[in-house]
Amino acid sequence: MADSNETVGRRRFLREGLWGACLAGLGGAAGLSAARNNQKDTVWQIDPNLCIQCGNCATYCVLEPSAVKCVHSYAICGYCDLCTAYLVPEPKSLDTGAENELCPTGAIKRTFVEDPYYQYTIDESLCNGCGKCVKGCNAFGNGSLYLQVRHDRCVNCNECAIAVACPSNAFKRVPADQPYLLKEAVHG
Amino acid sequence: MTRFALLTVCAAVLLGSSLDVLADYRFPPPDFESGYELPDTTIPPPRDTVYEYIDAAVFLGALALASYLILKKRSRRAIFALTVFSLLYFGFWRQGCICAIGALQNVTLTIFDSSYAIPITAALFFILPLGFTLFFGRTFCGAVCPLGAIQDVVLVHPVQVPRWLESGLRLLGYTYLGAAVLFAATGSAFIICRYDPFVGFFRLSGNWNMLVLGACLLLIGLFIGRPYCRFLCPYGMILRQFSRLSRYRVTITPTECVKCRLCEDACPFGAIREPTEDWPEGEYRVAKRRLVVFLLLLPILVAAGGWVGYLLRDKLAQMHPTVRTAERVRLEETGQVEGTTDVSDAFRATGRASGELYEGASALRGRFGIGGALLGGFLGFVIAGKLIALTVRRGRSEYEADRASCFACGRCYKYCPKEHERLKQKKEKVIAH
Repeated sequence: MADSNETVGRRRFLREGLWGACLAGLGGAAGLSAARNNQKDTVWQIDPNLCIQCGNCATYCVLEPSAVKCVHSYAICGYCDLCTAYLVPEPKSLDTGAENELCPTGAIKRTFVEDPYYQYTIDESLCNGCGKCVKGCNAFGNGSLYLQVRHDRCVNCNECAIAVACPSNAFKRVPADQPYLLKEAVHG
Repeated sequence: MTRFALLTVCAAVLLGSSLDVLADYRFPPPDFESGYELPDTTIPPPRDTVYEYIDAAVFLGALALASYLILKKRSRRAIFALTVFSLLYFGFWRQGCICAIGALQNVTLTIFDSSYAIPITAALFFILPLGFTLFFGRTFCGAVCPLGAIQDVVLVHPVQVPRWLESGLRLLGYTYLGAAVLFAATGSAFIICRYDPFVGFFRLSGNWNMLVLGACLLLIGLFIGRPYCRFLCPYGMILRQFSRLSRYRVTITPTECVKCRLCEDACPFGAIREPTEDWPEGEYRVAKRRLVVFLLLLPILVAAGGWVGYLLRDKLAQMHPTVRTAERVRLEETGQVEGTTDVSDAFRATGRASGELYEGASALRGRFGIGGALLGGFLGFVIAGKLIALTVRRGRSEYEADRASCFACGRCYKYCPKEHERLKQKKEKVIAH
């Protein structure tokens, strides 16, 4: 009987010890997390200088359509009539005909400003983030169009599915209070 | 003279800077004459940080309420209501992210990568359920976890799974846990998030393969209660161990067990254990010998697992993007493949030397050698531990919920005649007042 009491006591001691160890482990994890937490929440964003417009943003996002959209820094734009972001290569004519448009969803709106300038505006409800226009703008234009994660849509996944698929490591976490990596005009 | 020099310098600077603009932009941004104003680039802000703290507060509240409802109130109906709330809030409203299961990887990465700053909610979502489990058992699983909730609500016709099959399938969960920790620690991938079967339902969109997997799990879940929780959930495997040590626990009977056997088949998750009988004399000796064998087998299994894991290091390292890039670039440079991929093109565009990339990859392979050995050793330990546990018989004098397997859902309460007695007394007390 004394023997069995001793066994129970030992078992209890072991259990209590493990319990304490687990609690201490949790405390350690909490302490470490608190120490490493820089108080700034982060969100996903695309570095436009690293983006290669591979098209993965349109297909890999968990949202349908993607949270990545094309944005326009108007101050950089050349307002060209022959816009290589808006028009397919060798267009039949320089107008808004669907057969001339590069954008697969017709999300770019072309409006006349003054001769010979046209303003190009992205309709984000149509944009799917494929980056075709960005490629055209970078190749022959000023690079005023580029892809950005739009935070009114992004659900801020723990592991961004597009970041995993991004071939050029253009996705990074940025502070939530500066959630965009916008291209600024370089003024002389 | 000086004035002239100054003017020249100014002119040069102006000319230089205007040349700069020309160099930067193929088409200089126009000077509009019609009074056109440049539109602003819109920047919709992310969700306010305040909501994260609200989430954490709701999470803490839900855990506390779950523990109260399960252990004190003992009302399945109230527990179910909380389950539905958690499914709606943490599942459909918060779209399943961040969850406690995935937060496990954030905490792992925090430990192994000093430059990683863990979001405070991720840390809380990982730590709070474990803390509550140490005190109250798996009340998190019972009523707070949205992944558990979505499976709990579809369970309509429970079928018992044989104990041997349950234990065997659970090995999947331990493998998942080990792999998730390995890939998070090496900064390769968050596989729990990538292969989350239910988050697609919460978001009502997502990867088709994962949606199909989730639908299959829910279909299985109609008959086999909570298949993800029991056989796959990596966080659940940790909670199991913590729950073994919990201060308080789910007891089927509120007072004492009368061994009426009414609760025997009450648990859809097979977590109810019957009272034990004494060892038959012969079997005790056989079991003792078996225990010695398994104890000796423990280091052998750990070593064998570690060795296999070490051998798999190159395959495991494939999960790391740097290793994949290095392999692709090497294949291209040695002429073993034709053409380039987006990844290798993007790497070359950075202008970094390929030697640097190879070095990084081989360092990572080294880390995967250690990590793979630890993962294999861990799995060997789990298998040996299960074998040892099978030979040890713990005496039980009444019907009990298994500490590790019990999800604290409260389904068994109503099967106990003593519980009905308790409820009746409670009602009479209320009426008397």
